[in-house]
Amino acid sequence: MSTYLDKPEGEANEPRITLNFGPQHPAAHGVLRLVLDLDGEIVTRVDPHIGLLHRGTEKLIEHKTYLQAVPYFDRLDYVAPMNQEHAFALAVEKLLGLEVPKRGQYIRVLFSELGRLMNHILNTTFQALDVGAMTPPLWGMESRETMLSFYERVSGSRMHAAYFRPGGVHQDLPPGLLEDMYKFLDPFLKVLDDIDGLIVENRIFKQRNVDIGVVNREQAEMWAFSGVMLRSAGVAWDLRRSQPYECYNDFDFQIPVGRNGDCYDRYVLRMEEMRQSIKIMKQCIEKMPAGPVSSADNKVVPPKREEMKRSMEALIHHFKLYTEGYHVPKGEVYAAVEAPKGEFGVYLVSDGGNKPYRCKIRAPSFVHLQAMDYMNRGHMLADVSAVLGSLDIVFGEVDR
Amino acid sequence: MTDLAQLGQKLSDALPGAFRAHHALVGELTLDAELGEIVRVMKFLRDDPECEFKILVDICGVDWPQREKRFDVVYHLLSLTKNMRVRVRVQTNEEDSVPSVVSVYPAANWFEREAFDMYGMAFSDHPDLRRILTDYGFSGHPLRKDFPLTGFVEVRYDDELKRVVYQPVQLVQEFRDFDFMSPWEGAPHIMPDGQRAASGNPGKKA
Repeated sequence: MSTYLDKPEGEANEPRITLNFGPQHPAAHGVLRLVLDLDGEIVTRVDPHIGLLHRGTEKLIEHKTYLQAVPYFDRLDYVAPMNQEHAFALAVEKLLGLEVPKRGQYIRVLFSELGRLMNHILNTTFQALDVGAMTPPLWGMESRETMLSFYERVSGSRMHAAYFRPGGVHQDLPPGLLEDMYKFLDPFLKVLDDIDGLIVENRIFKQRNVDIGVVNREQAEMWAFSGVMLRSAGVAWDLRRSQPYECYNDFDFQIPVGRNGDCYDRYVLRMEEMRQSIKIMKQCIEKMPAGPVSSADNKVVPPKREEMKRSMEALIHHFKLYTEGYHVPKGEVYAAVEAPKGEFGVYLVSDGGNKPYRCKIRAPSFVHLQAMDYMNRGHMLADVSAVLGSLDIVFGEVDR
Repeated sequence: MTDLAQLGQKLSDALPGAFRAHHALVGELTLDAELGEIVRVMKFLRDDPECEFKILVDICGVDWPQREKRFDVVYHLLSLTKNMRVRVRVQTNEEDSVPSVVSVYPAANWFEREAFDMYGMAFSDHPDLRRILTDYGFSGHPLRKDFPLTGFVEVRYDDELKRVVYQPVQLVQEFRDFDFMSPWEGAPHIMPDGQRAASGNPGKKA
């Protein structure tokens, strides 16, 4: 961090300060450079400089087949990787007109909700860390590690899962995983209560978060907010309910909606959303249907290994799918999911070939970070990190 | 589906001369708008009581180098009250600037900056049209189809100068872009003329 003073002409007494927040700052949640204009300790302008983690994901996807594009989505919002893959899989399936079997859908919902838990437990506890509480992140991280182990058991990787693929999911669940996940959920509720007990009525936490970064309904719509950011402003909008995808209609759950649109509301909403996600996961495990986990269409979904040992046709399919890949009919499609951070969308343009012609990734963090300037004006410098923490941004998806 | 087609028809009637075409495919309504009319179209879509597309979901560019007007600018809108989505497209090229919709949707600011950064189409009346994702001092527009995947420059830390320096990309191995496309059923635009299938169903797998 560096500071310098410059005095505009005519304002002799009031030095205006321009302050660089980041690119390396522990409260910046990644590589974010904020150029802050300060009037004393009051923020008068925020100019986020992003792109320090830009990897050209969209360009790379244009050069890969549809299946090879899946792992790039893990690397966007690496806090909840499978939710991103979900949007891409839905987009491709929509263009192909592909139906996912019931069990595949249930597994997707189960792991999407697990992703929501992983995201929210990280964000809520780190929001507490940003305003000075050390214990919650330690407790949260312990549970989060267990959740990552579920990811690992199902996909072979803690983070970069590449598990949701167009047509279904990659493999069936390993034996015993559902039981272990079910056993994890109730103790995790207790962890949530413990964390809430530390934070929710805490005087310091409230002083730092209540009435900070207030966004009302009109402003939230103007800045294209989605997810918790929109709901905290009192808008009852959740894609899982209003535009149900996959099999979310099968489950009984509530959408918590905020009232004040401040940082504190967002924290409370995320905690409540985790409890609702646990509810969905329990129902999901109880009702988990039997059957195949991915579409039987071998023109898109590769055949199983054992099948390949016996069937010539399966062997040909395998060879074709892992060299040329499948062709997706010409057209364009937009598919969105309610990712933990908000609406995560994929706009896919296909020219009929085996690679996406254009794959635009609509990341919620990118949109929310844009409102930093609006939300911080008139706040104190110390509030910047509280607002930033409550925005829930991950630079993997902001910079793409 | 028919609702969407009706909405498309209604919009074309309400704003004569603003749209070139509209179609509803795979459950999504796409409106092809005239470049000069985009601000008027957006204002109407936001304010009309039967639309109320209050949320600008996304703006992005698409590059079609073979076309005379090579760029598409694609707007995605969402209506919370009507629970609908709509897509508006305009066409432009390197010279013609797109009227900015920041005055209608403040959220368009960064999206338009990104589209400018990635494709190089200009947005007129944009309050702050700077690059956003690429490096300070970057030249070129990386998502154009004629921009190579490997780029033109790479960075490295120079131990003598004690700073990061830019230099032309040096590939140890030439960039390999394997063409696995089946020569008799692949996508026609990638195949050389001589190999193109005479008839049949291009782009569809057997």
